[in-house]
Amino acid sequence: MERYRGNPRAVENLVKGHAVHRDVYVDREIFDLEMEQLFPNSWVYVGHESQLKDPGDYITSKIGHQPILVSRHKNGTIHVLHNRCPHKGVKIASEPCGNTGKFFRCPYHAWSFKTDGSLLAIPLKKGYEGTGFDTDKASKGLPRVENVQIYRGFIFARLSDTGLSFEEYFGDSLSTIDNMVDRSPMGEVEIIAAPIRYMHSCNWKMLVDNQTDTCHPMVAHESSAGTAVSVWEREKHRFTETPMAVQLYAPFMSPYEFYEGAGIRVWPNGHGHSGVSGSIHQDYDDVEGYLEMMVEAYGETRAREILGDIRHNTLYFPNVMVKGPVGILRNFIPIAVDKTLVESWAFRLVGAPDKIYERALMYNRFINAPTSIVGHDDLEMYERAQEGLLSDANEWINLRRLYEEGEPEDVTEVVNGTSERQMRNTFYAWRKFMVQGMDQKAEVGA
Amino acid sequence: MTPERLIDFVYDEAATLDEMRWEDWLALFHEDGRYWMPLEWQQQDPVLQPSLMYEDQLLLTVRVERLSGERTFSQKPKSRCHHLMQRPRVLSLGQEDGIYRLRTSFIYTETRGDHLERYSGWVSHELVEVEGTLKIMLKRVDLINFDAPFGNLQLFI
Repeated sequence: MERYRGNPRAVENLVKGHAVHRDVYVDREIFDLEMEQLFPNSWVYVGHESQLKDPGDYITSKIGHQPILVSRHKNGTIHVLHNRCPHKGVKIASEPCGNTGKFFRCPYHAWSFKTDGSLLAIPLKKGYEGTGFDTDKASKGLPRVENVQIYRGFIFARLSDTGLSFEEYFGDSLSTIDNMVDRSPMGEVEIIAAPIRYMHSCNWKMLVDNQTDTCHPMVAHESSAGTAVSVWEREKHRFTETPMAVQLYAPFMSPYEFYEGAGIRVWPNGHGHSGVSGSIHQDYDDVEGYLEMMVEAYGETRAREILGDIRHNTLYFPNVMVKGPVGILRNFIPIAVDKTLVESWAFRLVGAPDKIYERALMYNRFINAPTSIVGHDDLEMYERAQEGLLSDANEWINLRRLYEEGEPEDVTEVVNGTSERQMRNTFYAWRKFMVQGMDQKAEVGA
Repeated sequence: MTPERLIDFVYDEAATLDEMRWEDWLALFHEDGRYWMPLEWQQQDPVLQPSLMYEDQLLLTVRVERLSGERTFSQKPKSRCHHLMQRPRVLSLGQEDGIYRLRTSFIYTETRGDHLERYSGWVSHELVEVEGTLKIMLKRVDLINFDAPFGNLQLFI
């Protein structure tokens, strides 16, 4: 029996602020509705401009569960297309990235399309003459996503024809992307290698919650970061300087007081970040020559301002996290209600010393890989939660830490860094984008 | 150096892992030795290209000590592993640089609780002899599907 489709009130009732109902993590109908409602109504990250350097370059991606193709046209423009032949539905591009040359060609019946998606040719086209084919959607080529915005190289798309504009949707949260890009003396970042991919047997929002969960590192990661600290304390007499690896692991064990003081900032529409006035990324060694490059590019004051902004994890609603000071973007790609593909990308700061890219790659494999001990700690918790939530003893997940009655939604605010405020913030947005347009659809259905 | 001695070393190394003799396994590494799992086909650079693992003795020690930690929840229950290996091919007897090189095809199984995962690929060994004992300078594990998304891989291939 369908409990939620066409019933926006029932969906809204799953979010109480200080608690959310378990169905948001375990219910298949809710997952389907996220694919139908939440993801199409949101601005979703689909790739980076640096992956599309030349005409004919393409990447494949997904918005929710829908296959997407992002393509660089011959005039340099970037197009976000549905990765589906208008004929029989065959995916046009099957690889993560590549160059298609002057046109895309469906491998099934050789329908071909320009790199802006428009129909180029169909073999034996006279078979469609006088059939009314020109009135079909199929005659228009690869369906194009109209709402596309490229912000400093980051490509976002919104499938729904109506909804918030890009600027309204992201607002000041774009300052994290700004900071990551500004860390390049050239003001440019690039992807030059494949992401680390990691399959999670849990709902995608478990990863979203975790990004600003500052009360778990010293507990769940005692096994990894804690062991790293104890091994280092025992072995450090053999070293002349603290290895980059130890600098990356050790701050995870910072005490509650550190995270409390570091703060969390929330923005409207579910975005927010941990590490406002301090973060686990603040004490990395300087990289030789880098500050001088930055001062040369931006001047002393601005360079120090950029490098002094060491915000921790920024969650871009719904499913992307950006870690500006390290140069990492993580994409939590929903596969099923209890299955999530995590792709973690390291960005190279164009013009910056190699050591900075080396650090991004090291961080990525320490924390975000299927071989990462920190990853093992987290995934174990997500999987246990996914199973534990099946208990009928309590249908609610508790989000009450530092909750205040009547907490305002869709505001910008800085709060205590151990607050669950940002988790609640994402669920306020979740509720909003889940039900947006649902009433109309219910009417059409009836 | 004889090929047989090198081949025996590779088999014995796998046995230390299958028998979960982690400390004995760590002791097989040279103090500057590395364990490397590339993330690209025929990858050349472990530092400026992404890898799944590139770890020195300090980091491998952290992994080994973590496995037996009281609060290592991802090891409750514990994982077990099994290496099935083809006969190692001896690629170099070190005539030029004193480094012995072998390449071995494997199927690796890791289990935990009710779950079982299987991986295939090639392991490359670079060994040196220090005071009569063979030591690992580099153990490189190339998975055939390095680019696929795995769940937790917690022990050592």
